[in-house]
Amino acid sequence: MSLSLYTSEFRIERDLERCIVCQVCVRQCANDCHVFDVDDDCVVSNERNCVGCHRCATLCPTNAITITQNPNDYKSNANWTARAIKNIYKQAESGGVLLTGMGCDRKLPSYFDRMLLNASQVTNPSIDPLREPMELRTHLGSKPERVTFRRTKEGYDLTTVLSPQLVIETPILFSAMSYGSISYNACLALATAARTVGTFYNTGEGGLHRDFYPFGENTIAQVASGRFGVHAEYLDVAAAIEIKIGQGAKPGIGGHLPGEKVSEEISQTRMIPVGTDAISPAPHHDIYSIEDLRQLIFALKEATGYRKPVSVKIAAVHNVAPIASGIIRAGADIVAIDGLRGGTGAAPTMIRDHVGIPIELAIAAVDRRLREEGIRHRASIIAGGGFRNSADIVKAIALGADAVYIATSALVAMGCHLCQKCYTGKCNWGIATQDPYLTRRLNPNIAQRRLVNLLRGWSLEIKEMLGGMGINAIESLRGNREHLRGVGMTQNELDILGIKGAGEAW
Amino acid sequence: MKRIYIHEEYCIGCRLCEIHCLVRHSESKKIVKAFKEEFPRAMSMLVFEEEGYLSFALQCRHCEEAPCVQACITGAMHRDEETNAVICDQDKCVGCWMCIMVCPFGVIKRDTETKQVASKCDLCQGEDVPVCVQNCPNEAITFEER
Amino acid sequence: MKYTIIGNSAAAIGAVEAIRSQDDSGEIMVISREPYRAYSRPLITYLLAGHVDEARMYYRDDNFYERMGVRPLLGKKASALDLDERQIELEDGEQLGFEKLLIAVGGSPIVPQVDGAHLKGVFTMMEWDDTKKIQQYLETYPVSRVVVIGGGLIGLKAAEALNKLGLEVTVIELIDRIMSANFDEKASEIVQRRLIQKGIALVTQNTVERILQYKNRIGGVVLKDHRRIDCQMVIFGIGVHPNISLVEDTPIEYGKGIQVDEHMQTTVKDVYAAGDVVEVRDVLLNKVRPIAIWPNAYKQGWVAGCNMVGGRKSYPGGFAMNSIELFDVPTISVGILQNGENGFEVLKHFDRKRDVYKKIMLRDGVIVGAILVRDIDRAGIYTGLIREQINVSGFRDVLLREDFGLISLPKEYRKHLVEGEGVYL
Repeated sequence: MSLSLYTSEFRIERDLERCIVCQVCVRQCANDCHVFDVDDDCVVSNERNCVGCHRCATLCPTNAITITQNPNDYKSNANWTARAIKNIYKQAESGGVLLTGMGCDRKLPSYFDRMLLNASQVTNPSIDPLREPMELRTHLGSKPERVTFRRTKEGYDLTTVLSPQLVIETPILFSAMSYGSISYNACLALATAARTVGTFYNTGEGGLHRDFYPFGENTIAQVASGRFGVHAEYLDVAAAIEIKIGQGAKPGIGGHLPGEKVSEEISQTRMIPVGTDAISPAPHHDIYSIEDLRQLIFALKEATGYRKPVSVKIAAVHNVAPIASGIIRAGADIVAIDGLRGGTGAAPTMIRDHVGIPIELAIAAVDRRLREEGIRHRASIIAGGGFRNSADIVKAIALGADAVYIATSALVAMGCHLCQKCYTGKCNWGIATQDPYLTRRLNPNIAQRRLVNLLRGWSLEIKEMLGGMGINAIESLRGNREHLRGVGMTQNELDILGIKGAGEAW
Repeated sequence: MKRIYIHEEYCIGCRLCEIHCLVRHSESKKIVKAFKEEFPRAMSMLVFEEEGYLSFALQCRHCEEAPCVQACITGAMHRDEETNAVICDQDKCVGCWMCIMVCPFGVIKRDTETKQVASKCDLCQGEDVPVCVQNCPNEAITFEER
Repeated sequence: MKYTIIGNSAAAIGAVEAIRSQDDSGEIMVISREPYRAYSRPLITYLLAGHVDEARMYYRDDNFYERMGVRPLLGKKASALDLDERQIELEDGEQLGFEKLLIAVGGSPIVPQVDGAHLKGVFTMMEWDDTKKIQQYLETYPVSRVVVIGGGLIGLKAAEALNKLGLEVTVIELIDRIMSANFDEKASEIVQRRLIQKGIALVTQNTVERILQYKNRIGGVVLKDHRRIDCQMVIFGIGVHPNISLVEDTPIEYGKGIQVDEHMQTTVKDVYAAGDVVEVRDVLLNKVRPIAIWPNAYKQGWVAGCNMVGGRKSYPGGFAMNSIELFDVPTISVGILQNGENGFEVLKHFDRKRDVYKKIMLRDGVIVGAILVRDIDRAGIYTGLIREQINVSGFRDVLLREDFGLISLPKEYRKHLVEGEGVYL
C-alpha cells in the first residue's frame, strides 16, 4: 500500500513526570490515540487519528497531556495554504467528496465583529435590569394587520382572530439537530432545557423518538425533503411545524446521515433500514414552485387544525430577500433563515465553506425588503448560523430578527470541542454519535444544566445590554438599526446592513 | 444516612473513581507520589466492574444490618458511631475472609501485600463527600440521602 | 426488665447489641463459664500458632460491658434451671432469678470413647483455656510429634498451628479424605496436597483405638488397624455438638440441639436459645439441624435479643457456610456440596496450573451450593444468590467466569441490590 501524505493535524505531548500510567486516556479516546505498552509499563501516543477533541487532556487526573497543532510547516505560501495542500492529499487517496462537520471555519469578514451597540448617556437613561422589569418574552407567528375590539360590560373584548403563536421567554431557540446526527442523551438535554427555560427545540430531519412525545409542547417538528419520521402523530404532538427547504451549512443539497450512525433506534425513528445512509434529496419533490410550497403549508395547517404555526426554513443565499417575501405570501407564519456559518453533522467541505451568505447581511436584507413591501408583520423571522455570544444575538435582533436559533453554541455548552469529525460517529463527548460506549459520556442531567445555564447567562446579558440602551422590552430592539454602528466597513456594506458608521450621530 | 448510589447508565468506564480512591487511601495522598513512589502501591477500596460498554464502580453499601459485621469473628468489622459507616479495623482483622463469604455485593477485597486483612470502602472517613463521587466526571455515582 | 444470658460468645453478644439497640435501661446480665471477656473462639488456633497475641483475642473492646450496661458474671457455670420458679442455679450454689432468658451456651467438643483419653497430654481444641493448657504443656514437656484426631475444620486448623510451631503432626481422619463435611472430593484433594507438602502426615479411613501411656504422660496411639504411632500429645479435633446438658431435665424440648421457633424462642415462654446450642431450619436441605457457624450464631442472637425486647423478628433459617484458609489456600464453601442425590446440576471449573477450583450446584435453576478454592474474591455474591433463591438459569454460563460479578447478573436484580439501602437480613 502506498504512503499516506496526509500527516496528523495534532501532536500529543505527555509530561512523563506527571504521567501515572492510569490509562484513563487510553480508555477514553475513541480514535485509539493512546496505547498502553505492557512491556515498558507506559502509555505511548499514536497521533495518526487525533482530532484534537481534548477528551484525554480534560480527563487526565494529573494534567499530563497537552494537545498542540502539529508544527510540520509547509514552505509559506499565501495561495497554497497547508489546508489546501492537505485536502488534495486526502482526495488523491480517497477519490471521494471531502466531508466535514460543524460550520464554515474559513476566515471571512465577520459583520457581527464589526458592529457596535449603543448605550444611553444622560438622555433616555439606562435601565437597571436587576431593579426594573425587563421583557424578553417574544411571540413568534403571524401578526394581524390591525386589531379590532368590541366594548363589553366589563371592558373590551378582542374580535380579531389571532394566528397561533409560539411564546418564548427569551429570544433564543434551539435549532434543528436531528436525532441521528446527535445522540439520544443530547436530544433529551435539549428538550429538557427548552422546557425549563420556556423555549423550543427543533427535531431536525430525524423524526421524533417516542420517548420525547411528553416534551411536545416545547418541540418544533421539522418536515424536511426526506420526510424522515413524518407521520400524523408526529405533527400532532409538536407545538409548531417547520418545513425545511435548506440549511446554512449546505444550501442547495439535502441532509446527510452516514450509515455508521444509523442504529436500531434511529432506524425506527426515521423509518429507514439499519446501517443505510440517510440522504435527503436536494429539493422536496413535491415543491417545485412557490405555489407548491403554499399547498404544502396549508396541507400541514389543515392536518393540524390551524392550531400550530408553520415555519419555513431556508438557507441564506444571494436572493434570500425575495425568497423570504414569497414564502410569507405563501402563508408561512415564521421564516427561519440559516446563515453561512451554520453547523451540520455532515456536509461536503466545499459546499459548507463556499456556499451561502453571512446571516447578518441576510437578516438586514430580508427585514428591509419585507418592510418595504408592507408584509413584515405577516411572519416572524428567526435567524441562525453561528451565534457565539449574547452580543451576536442582540445585534441580530437589532438588524431585524424576532429571535435566534442556536445549535453550535448549544453543543459547545454540552462539551463539544469543534473537532469537526461529527460525520465519523466517534464523537468523544457523546454528542454526535450513536455508539453506546460513547453516548453514555453525555449525562443528560449535566448537559441540561449546562444548557439552562447558558441561556440564563445570555438572557441576563441581553437584559444588561438592553438596559444599557435604555430599552426595557426586546420588542423595542427589533429592527432598531439606530442602535447599531459599523466599524471598518465599506459604505456599501453599511448600506446593505442599513446602519450608520461608528462616529455618525442620528 | 447518606449513601453512594450508582447510575450505571452514565458510567463511562474511565476508572477515575478507582484512581482517586487509591490516592485517598495511600500514604502521601498525592496522586503522582502515590503511583510512582509508594511501594507497595496502595489499593483502591472499590470494586470496578466492566463488560463491553457497561461498567460501574461498586462501593460498600454500608448496610443497615451489615452481614459482614455479623460474620466477623474478631469484631474488626464494626459500625463507626459517628459516621454510621461500616469500617474494618485492620489491626484487629486476621484475614479469615468470613466477610467476603457473606457480602452479597462482593465489595470486600483481600489485601495480602504486607499483612493479611480485609479491605473495603470506608466512605472516605473525614471527607464531606467520598472522593470517588467528587471525581466522577459524569455524575455516575452520587452521594445522597434517600 | 431483666434480661439474662447464659453464654458469652457470638450469640450472646448479638443479643446484647440487639437488646441495647431498643432498650437502653433494662438490666442485662451475662453468665459465662469461662473467665474471659467475650472473645473470638475461632482465634484459639491463631493464638496457638502465634499469629495473634492475647490482646487481640477479644471480640469487643475493653469497656464493652460497661458501655452497654451489662453485668458480666465471668467464670461462673450455670448448672441447673428451674423454669417454674424462673431461677438459674450456678455451680457455686448461687441462685439467680430471670425474667427473659437466653441460653447461648454453645457446643461441647466431641470426645469419643477412647482408652486413655483421660491421660496427661490429651487435649480438646475448643476454648481459650485449651490453647493455654497446650502451650503450658509444650513448655513443660518434650513434645516432638502430635496426633490430631479429626481431619475437619478444627483438626486441620490445630494441625496447621502445631506445624507452624515446628512440631511433627499426624492427622487421623475417619473418612477417606479431609474436610468431608465441608468440601467435595476435588477441593479436599487440593488442600490435602498442600497439607502433605507442608510436611503433615495424613492417615485416612482410620481412627484411634487406644492412647498409650508413657511415664505419667502419653507415648503414642494405636489405630483401628493396629498400627502404632509414637507421639507425645493428642488433640481431639473432631467437632462439637450442642451443649444441651443444661436443658436435659427441663421441659425445654430438644433434638440434636435445643428446639426453637422462628423467633428463637424455646418451647418454654420467655426462654430463648441461639447459637451453636440450637437446631434450626436448614433452608437448603429442608431439615432441622444445628448449624454451628459464627455468622449464624450472631444473627440468631440478634433475633433473639430483638424478640426478648418485645419485637417480632424472624430468623428465616440458615445454611452451612465456611471460610477457611488452610495451608495458605483460601477456601469458601457455602450450602450443599455433595451431589449424592439426583436433581442437581453441577458447574465446575478447575485450573490445574493455578490450582483454582470452583464448583456450583444448581437445583431447579437455583444455586444451592458453591465452593471456591483460591479465587474467593466475589464469593459473597453466590451466597446472596443462594439466600435470595434467585433463578440463575438465564445466566448460568457466566457464573464461573473469572470476572464474574454483579455485572453478570440481570439488571433488575442488580439495580434492586445497589439502589436499595443494602441488605436486610
